Amino acid sequence: MATAHKAAASRGGDGLPSHHLDDAFLLDYAAGNTSEAVSLLIATHLALCPECRARAEELEALGGAMLESLAPTAVDHDALSAVLARLDASEEVEPPVFTPPANDEGHIPSLPMPLRGYLKAEPDALAWQPVIRGLEEYELDVGGAKTKLLRIKPGASMPQHTHEGRELTLVLEGSYDDEIGHFGRGDVAILDDDHDHRPIAGPGQDCICLTVIDAPLRLTGRFGRFLNPFVKF
Amino acid sequence: MVADGLAVAAALGVVHNAPPASNTPMASSSPTAASRRRSAHLDDLLVAVAGGDRSAFVELFEHFAPRVKSYLMRLGCDMSAAEEIGQEVMVTVWRRAETFDRRQASASTWMFTIARNKRIDAVRRERRPEFDPTDPAFMPEPEIGGDMAVQAKQETATVVEAIAELPEEQGFLLRMAYYDDKPHSVIAAETGLPLGTVKSRLRLALTKLRKIMKEHE
Repeated sequence: MATAHKAAASRGGDGLPSHHLDDAFLLDYAAGNTSEAVSLLIATHLALCPECRARAEELEALGGAMLESLAPTAVDHDALSAVLARLDASEEVEPPVFTPPANDEGHIPSLPMPLRGYLKAEPDALAWQPVIRGLEEYELDVGGAKTKLLRIKPGASMPQHTHEGRELTLVLEGSYDDEIGHFGRGDVAILDDDHDHRPIAGPGQDCICLTVIDAPLRLTGRFGRFLNPFVKF
Repeated sequence: MVADGLAVAAALGVVHNAPPASNTPMASSSPTAASRRRSAHLDDLLVAVAGGDRSAFVELFEHFAPRVKSYLMRLGCDMSAAEEIGQEVMVTVWRRAETFDRRQASASTWMFTIARNKRIDAVRRERRPEFDPTDPAFMPEPEIGGDMAVQAKQETATVVEAIAELPEEQGFLLRMAYYDDKPHSVIAAETGLPLGTVKSRLRLALTKLRKIMKEHE
């Protein structure tokens, strides 16, 4: 089971990620079915990974074809005139746009957008909370799932642990190694509760990761009990 | 509900197995010239809208507004919410048309992203984080032999044809993601199948889709 979630490894050494998002997550993101927290992690990986970006574009094109394939539903008889009447109205305020902290010219921030837009400060200035020796965390306020930045001291080894639900981890700075492999900037690991692992941070610099818990939905309500007998395999 | 559950099961190939990959449809016909011309025409219209052309907007509205409404209703909006959000989508199209780049995406794909995002905003009341190509931390496409590795955009007509040629179960599985608001974790929960199995079925469906599109090229 555990191996099913192992991200495919390819390339590396050229500053590009070698552990990628799988098609299932990219498809959910393209279709608009991921929570804001999972979307944040995926979009931040996409900022660092041209390969997954190309696949995500392909899946948006699939969405375009899906839209095109739908049988039309008649709109209200006055819909067109209502819309035309609004075209010249002054621009309504668009949904909040993230304002990333200002950067020095030429300085490449370690945290890419859109993640940087969710933080009030550069990593060093965040209110990190100590967890265990060598590990600190900073919790982000994002809808949909528990979302944290983790900061691990160089060379620190984390105790063996499993995960509640599925945990998506994106490395942003430094690196770590575990039973699956080596994870550096931009790499994604998808770990579920069948996994236990024991990451060790690489030498030289702190390892900073974004983690999101994507707890799979369990069918426990009326609907679930009703449906489940029909889907026994 | 029962039918839904069985349909999900069928989509996953657990009721009867999906045909083997070698069982490709017979001679694959390429998209008709007419549907390609229509795709290109929609792209032209959207470019004209970016330039402030109202009659192009009216034509675009007539094509897309009824489809966007269907899309929103498939995803659970009632008639009046679909109407209201659909109108929002069309107003946004007018305002954002200048961000459309026909080399990168077709008009249908661009419309899909506007409708998808508007729905997340209006129905789920969530933001949809997206990458920013102007961010200094953004990692551009690697240069291959001096050329940027530019990927040709997927023509909507080609993708529509390819979906139609997918084995029924695979097409159903993909439609669940786009039309039924079902992320793969929910598909797994509803069918009782391990996540890994759902993931591999999705991967197979997409691999098949890419293969069909290659044959059309």
